[in-house]
This record gives sequence, structure tokens and C-alpha cells, in this order.
Amino acid sequence: MAAVRVEEVLAAADEQEAEKRRSVTVEKELELEFDLGNLLALDRNPPPAAGLRGAGPRREALLRALARDNAQLLVARLWELPAERAGGAGGPLVAQLPEPTFRLPREKPPPRPRPPTRWEQFARLKGIRRRKKTSLVWDEQAKEWRRRWGYQRAGGDPARAWVAEVPEGADPEEDQFARLRREKRERVARNELNRLRNLARAHRAAATIPAAPLHPTGHQSREELGHVARVARVSTASLGRFQPRLPKEPAEPPSRSGGRKRRFEPLLGNLAAERSRQLEMLRDMGSKKPVLDITRAVNKQLRQEEAEAAAAKGKKKQSQRGKRGRRQQRVGRSGKKSGARRQQQRPASSSTGGGKRKKA
Amino acid sequence: MDALDRVVKPKTKRAKRFLEKREPKLKENTKNAMLIKGGNANLTVTEVLKDIYAVKKPFAVLYKKKNITRPFEDQTSLEFFSKKSDCSLFMFGSHNKKRPNNLIIGRMFDYHVLDMIELGIEKFVSLKDIKNSKCPEGTKPMLIFAGDVFDVNEEYRRLKSLLIDFFRGPSVPSIRLAGLEYVLHFTAVDGKIYMRSYKVLLKKSGCKIPRIELEEMGPSLDLVMRRTHLASDDHYKKSLKQPKALKPKKKKNISHDVFGTTYGRIHMQKQDLGKLQTRKMKGLRKRPAEKSAEDSGISPKKSK
Repeated sequence: MAAVRVEEVLAAADEQEAEKRRSVTVEKELELEFDLGNLLALDRNPPPAAGLRGAGPRREALLRALARDNAQLLVARLWELPAERAGGAGGPLVAQLPEPTFRLPREKPPPRPRPPTRWEQFARLKGIRRRKKTSLVWDEQAKEWRRRWGYQRAGGDPARAWVAEVPEGADPEEDQFARLRREKRERVARNELNRLRNLARAHRAAATIPAAPLHPTGHQSREELGHVARVARVSTASLGRFQPRLPKEPAEPPSRSGGRKRRFEPLLGNLAAERSRQLEMLRDMGSKKPVLDITRAVNKQLRQEEAEAAAAKGKKKQSQRGKRGRRQQRVGRSGKKSGARRQQQRPASSSTGGGKRKKA
Repeated sequence: MDALDRVVKPKTKRAKRFLEKREPKLKENTKNAMLIKGGNANLTVTEVLKDIYAVKKPFAVLYKKKNITRPFEDQTSLEFFSKKSDCSLFMFGSHNKKRPNNLIIGRMFDYHVLDMIELGIEKFVSLKDIKNSKCPEGTKPMLIFAGDVFDVNEEYRRLKSLLIDFFRGPSVPSIRLAGLEYVLHFTAVDGKIYMRSYKVLLKKSGCKIPRIELEEMGPSLDLVMRRTHLASDDHYKKSLKQPKALKPKKKKNISHDVFGTTYGRIHMQKQDLGKLQTRKMKGLRKRPAEKSAEDSGISPKKSK
């Protein structure tokens, strides 16, 4: 009797709760994915394609119903977050959002720490640490605390110093004020020079690490490709010593100073090498074929000139032609011109040799 | 590279602040968007750009003049603009016979174009065509993507990521629940993408969670995907990379179990049990029963 009534009461309460919740519950086949940090909801259910095909108000109504359902689910999730009243009892209800989970690309690459300067390296080696200096210094003359440097500094304005003592070992005729001014200028210049040197060192260190090795396809330049090819050659286990070279690629050992210092062979030493070098020289002098490959040299010069001309012209016509057009232009032009000139050179060289005339 | 690590150091504090705002940081600024008109932009496209600007204010720049470029052929001018105005998102509108009502939406990484997707506008209803109250400027919108195409198709997946990036707004730690007023709903069906914006009305329901009613508000677009220029996978992965410093630090020696209990671990040094203080521990004292047993044990000696 009493028990039955209690059960009835509980059942009725449950019914009421369910009634209330019905207005805010939404039935979906697949659960939505939520990223509350971004206020994002992803619905994987395929939308009713048949209803959405016909244009007009029916489509809008369907879209709105779909949006309403999804928005209801998202808001329900947001309301479940831990919330508090900001600014006291009467303030607005504010919910704490979690961290966004959806991975989005960054705007810029993450910052790289700059390499330590020469002084910083030395200090680290010696264990010298920075001593925090006080910002105010006691000025005896003015009998108060003054700044260490800047406006109204402790020692008085150095520009207005009216006495400059002649130090012990100095020439009495020398202008001390001029000396002080000159020394300050030298100090500033030396400081600036060291700062620029540190910057250059940091820049060089950053440049040797190819951060973005190759631009996405369609944007590579010749220099970029050359640089990347060089880096790729050295990235083997034996640091590129046994990599096969292309037929006309010059064999050069990597120079540590980056091509700045000239290196000379020792005067006396490798007798076998000297002998072979002299014999080679005699052979080249006696042979009929010219050592300098004139065709290659001329082509190289032509290409350089064309590149310069194209760069000057391309800047004007860039917007109209675009990159594809520019490439086509260069290939076409270089093919015609240098082909004609190559044919010109051939008869000249072969006439000196006295050989047969070749028609290419 | 600091603002002060440049060859020409900034001479004023204002210049220094300007440079510091633009340099790469651990926690980045909100992405700005630049809205550009092409050489032959028509009324529809211009209206679209103006409406998107209204939605994205103040994190957008609307360029007034027409710019004669073709983003899919030459990206240098876009990259130049991006560098000048420090915007990493862009929207370029143009119109020609072959591609009517064209809208190119894209994003940059390190001032170089990362992704670009060309969309055609089939139908557009502007903010001023729908006559009802709008929500305040700068409201963070709720984004909803409906349709399984957004997960299955690679291009649609990138488009989804692009749209989230574009319309996300600033990243905030907490929000006022009554201020959730704006919803952007994207449905992908039948090769078309329907973008609708609604104003949210919170109605009373019996329980704590309010009932949602939607009112069509802002710009609504019917889009068709045309060309795409997506970044290669490794380039994209590189742009996704977050620095390690941003990872939340893991607390050691704390573990949780399924029921929500938190367990902690304490590491102790080896104790010398001989030096344990037992006199002050009541539990370790001998009970009278034990004492008598002991006495009786040793009593034969003593009883003499």
C-alpha cells in the first residue's frame, strides 16, 4: 500500500523528468564528435539527400531542422561544462572551455632559439654569471638616489663635464675632451661591429640547417635545386665520398671555409703528380683539339645573358604570362638562338683543325 | 630572431612592439584574414566579401581596390600582401565566363601559400537581405559540419579544416553561456556545400539545458568545389607541428583509476628498523596477557 504508492510517486517523477528532457533530447544514428575548445561539432550522419535536392523553402526548412538538432546537441554539451558565476553572485554564468583538440596548422613555424654569442659562450665556459645591478645608485654630490644611466644620471651628464683630468703618462698638449669623445665613438663602433658579427654568425648557423629544404612543386629555383642536390650528396653514411658523379659535374672536395681561402700545393713533394701534370700539359699543347671547349663557354655566356634579359623583361610581363608562360618562353628562345650560334662555331673550330666540315 | 636581433634595430618602443607582434611565437596570435577582389569582381562576389568581413571583424582586412592577379598561377602578390598586413588567411573573389562567381579561400604558412580551394557561389543571400536582428560583432560562432563527405573525401577534409581555421575566431579559455548566439552550419550533400548562419534563441525547457530555436540570420551561401591547390602531406605535417614547450607537463607519480580515485606514489629511503621509535607507539606495547605468558616462561629461573 504505502510501498506501492511510493513506487507510483517515483515512477510519476521519472515520467515528468523524461517529459522535460524530451524537449532537449535529439535522436541521431551516429554520435556527433565534439571539440568544445573550438565550439565545434562534427556530424557524420549522411544528410537526407532526397529532401535537399529540390530547391526552395522546403530545402531551407530541412537545413534549419538539421541545424537545430545539431546545435541542440552542441549546446547541451556546453551546458554540461563546469560553470561558475563570474564577478560575484549576480554576474553572468561562465563556462570553462577545455583545450581545443582539432589540429589546425600554425601560422608561422615555431621560434628557434638563437645561438649564443661569443661572450655568452665564453661566460658559460668560465662559469661567469650575470650579476643583477640595482637600477638606482646613491649620488654623493646630489645626496639622493639617482638612475644608473639615462636622464639625470648619478654621475652628472657626461656631455656637460667641464673638467677632464690629464692622466699620468699622457702628452700634456693633447686635447683630453677630444680624446674622450674619440674613445666613446670607438667603443660604440666596436660594440656595433661585434653585434653585427654575432648576427652574421647566427645567420650562417641558421642557413646551414636547411629549414625548408625544398619549396613545394612548381616553385623551385635553379639555385635551390643545386643547393639541395649538394646537401643530398653529403647525406650518406660516408659523407658523400663514394657518390657517383654526373659526367660533367666537377669533382670538388668540400672546403671548410666556404671557398674564401686560396689553397696552394706544396712546392716540393709529390713528384709523381708533378710529372704527370707536366706530361699532360705537353700533351695538350701538342694535340690538335682545343682544350677550352668553346661551345660550352659560349653557351654558358649566352644562358647568362638570356637569364638577365628574361629577368628584366619577365618582371614587366609577369602578371600576364605567369610562371608557366615564362618557362615556355625561355625554353623556346634558348633553343633557337644558341642552336644557330652553335652551328656557327663549329665550322670555325673545325677549320683551325683542318678537319672535315660537319653539318649538324 | 628577436625584434632586437636585426641588422637595423627598432629605434622606438612602438616599432619594437610592432615587430614583436609579427615574429613567430610559441602561442600564436589569432589568424587575420584578408579579403581581396580580383580584376573582374562582380556585385555578388563583392557582397560576399563584405558580408564575410562583417562576420570576421576585427580579425579581417577588406581591400577596397581590385587586384589583377591569378592566385592559381602566381602566388607572389598574395604572399606579398600577407607579409605586409600579417594575414595568414585569405579570400579572393573574381568572376569570368569560365568560372562565374568564383571564391578562392586559402591559408598561408610562413607567408607562403599552404592550401587554396576554389569555390563557386551558386546562390547567395546577404546579411541585409534577411530583415531581422543580428548578433553583435565579434561573437565567437559555433561551427557545425554535417555530412559524411567531410571525413571520407580528402579535399573535403582539407576544406573542413580550412573553414574551421577561417571562422574560428580567437581562442578563449571560458565563455559566457548566454552569449552563445551565432551558429555557422555547413552541410555537404550531392557535391554541394550549403553554408547557413543562424541566430540562437535559448528557450526555457523544464531542465537545466535550454531548448534551442534557430532564426536564419546572416549570409547563406550555396557553394560548389572547383579547383584545389593543397599542400603536400609532409609540408602540411610540418605546419601542424607544435613546439614541445606547449605540451601540457605530465605530473609524475600520480595515476587515476577507472572509478575516479587518484593514486599517488611516494618514494622513501631505506629505513633502519632498529632505530624505530616504538616506546611512544601504544599499539606496540606488550599487553598484560602477553606479559604474564612471558613471566611464566622465564619464571622457573626466578622462582628459586
